[in-house]
Amino acid sequence: MTAEQLLFLAVGAVTLIASILVVTSPRLVHAGLWLILALAGVAVLFVLLENGFLAVVQVAIYIDAIAILIIIVVMLTRAVMRETDPQINRTWVLAGMAALLLFGSLLAIVLQLPAPIRPALLDPESGLDVLGKALVDVNGFILPFEIASVLLVAALIGAIVVARAPMRGD
Amino acid sequence: MSDPFGGLDNFLKDLLVGFGLDATFVAVVLKLLGAAVLGGMAGATAILLIWAERKLVARIQDRLGPNRVGPYGLLQTIADALKLLTKEVLIPAGADRIIFQMAPLLVVASVIGVWAVMPLAPGLIGSDVNVGLLYIVSVGSIGILGIMMAGLSSNNKYALLGAFRTVAQMVSFAVPLIFSLLVPTLLAGSMGMAEIVEAQEGLWFIFLAPLAALIFFVSSIAEVGRAPFDLMEAESEIVAGFHIEYSGMAFGMFFVGEFVHAFTISALTAVIFLGGWRGPGAEAFPLLGLVYFLLKASIMFFVVIWIRGTFPRIRIDQMNAFNWKFVTPLALVVLMVTAVVDKLAIEQGWPRFLAHSTANLLMVIGTLAILRAQASSARRRQEVALEAPVTRPEVA
Amino acid sequence: MVPLTWYLILAAAIFCVGLFGVLARRNAVAIIMGIELMLNAVNLNLLAFWRYQSPADVAGQVFVIIVFAVAAAEAAVGLALIISIYRRRTTVSPEEIDLLKW
Repeated sequence: MTAEQLLFLAVGAVTLIASILVVTSPRLVHAGLWLILALAGVAVLFVLLENGFLAVVQVAIYIDAIAILIIIVVMLTRAVMRETDPQINRTWVLAGMAALLLFGSLLAIVLQLPAPIRPALLDPESGLDVLGKALVDVNGFILPFEIASVLLVAALIGAIVVARAPMRGD
Repeated sequence: MSDPFGGLDNFLKDLLVGFGLDATFVAVVLKLLGAAVLGGMAGATAILLIWAERKLVARIQDRLGPNRVGPYGLLQTIADALKLLTKEVLIPAGADRIIFQMAPLLVVASVIGVWAVMPLAPGLIGSDVNVGLLYIVSVGSIGILGIMMAGLSSNNKYALLGAFRTVAQMVSFAVPLIFSLLVPTLLAGSMGMAEIVEAQEGLWFIFLAPLAALIFFVSSIAEVGRAPFDLMEAESEIVAGFHIEYSGMAFGMFFVGEFVHAFTISALTAVIFLGGWRGPGAEAFPLLGLVYFLLKASIMFFVVIWIRGTFPRIRIDQMNAFNWKFVTPLALVVLMVTAVVDKLAIEQGWPRFLAHSTANLLMVIGTLAILRAQASSARRRQEVALEAPVTRPEVA
Repeated sequence: MVPLTWYLILAAAIFCVGLFGVLARRNAVAIIMGIELMLNAVNLNLLAFWRYQSPADVAGQVFVIIVFAVAAAEAAVGLALIISIYRRRTTVSPEEIDLLKW
């Protein structure tokens, strides 16, 4: 058991337990905070996969924007659901079985891979600038990049319009 | 003398390995020790910072400031810290205990975490990640999370309201902050902090991109929540905002966190725009680089305190309008113009300083012209509204 | 050296936990939290394959960046919809938002 494997097991356990607590916490504010812990655990796993840039992007996008947004919306809609209402609906048995079935099938597929797979050698030259150039390269990924930008602008305008307070005369 | 920090590191490593410990274990222990020293120093400078702030603000307001405890009142902060330590940390009934106690820790941790990528001297940097600027933005936003948790868990309407307003302000001003941080990334060709200081060899970035520096400075002051953007803690408005229910050392953590955050952004401005540890003779004597860095950071901190003592507080709707209608479009324009001018200057072979200065000057003139046109049209509309009769005398 | 299968099993587990959250929770915001967990599991899977199979190829990282953008856009619009529904019907439970049900 090398140190790296121990580290992976520790971080993975924290992330998995946090995500289980997200979906089972009766109080939504707690669920939001466990979600932040799970997202931070995924960021640490990105660092273990030797991609520090995407780890920092994960923290910046998910924790600093999406998670805060979710917690704010939880607070804004708080008065509706009393904390003592059951938060799991009546089909939870079927949902649990579906999730377990999916996990079983994925496990079966994954275990068929030849093991162990060693990580390929990381080219020290390739790094952030290669990624940046590929994103704007005409033969590269400029089309998904631009479409993602258009998607974000559309989402921005859509979110503002949808969540706007109703104007007088609506 | 050319590399005192590396020398110290090697000396400690040899010492500990000489005691018979494993080499990798020693490396980990030394890194933890370095992190502890850096974090401790960053927190301990708060003592000096709070004293400096109180004295300077007092002088601006034509009074003396603390001068009883110790020579020139230097021990005043220690007296305050002792007072806060001996006060009870009250946890309000109905509050979420764990979140309540965790919130100040997150706020202070996010501030001290920024110091991990600060280049203090040539060769002295906590961790040279090549995405230093993005790391600063993301770690700084963990403080926003702490404030949200403080407001949520206090079981207090005013705390919640204050937390919402604070989070709205900090998240809004993070947008022009990121845009203005992209300008030195463009000019230096990298996001790493050490590379940005390296790239300021010939000319500091504040001469190449003064508008971006100004936008960064103003957005950082708004992020910290200092005056004139300190409506988060305005006692006259919202009764101390998100940290109403905090007392004792928990409040002390927020207090210290805010001052260290102000010093951190002064240090960031010094590193990114004023050349960091650069100065005459810094490469030969790294300790001199450290002195230059602290000097520049202190000058920017003085400017922060000066702004605090001079400007009145602005309202939240004025602040929102200021951010979204003025600073963010300006930051976008600065980014686009700088990108185009930099590319052109490199290709055509123009001198960089002249090209960027001209572009910045044109942007300033353009901005002032647009503001003037808007102000005159608003004034004209006001005059027309005043001239129109309020009542019609002929209607019986 | 961590075997690739460990990363894949972890990602599959987080995905299934998120799936359970989406299917079994009674609050629309909790459903969005489950969706975010699923998207994170997908990202983890993508990056694990990128690192172990072809780290020289940028396509893996670009895919992850696009998934980040899509997740952010979807979370923003979803939460805006929830706020809008809350304003009109004062409920955030998907069981009560059933005007289109026959």
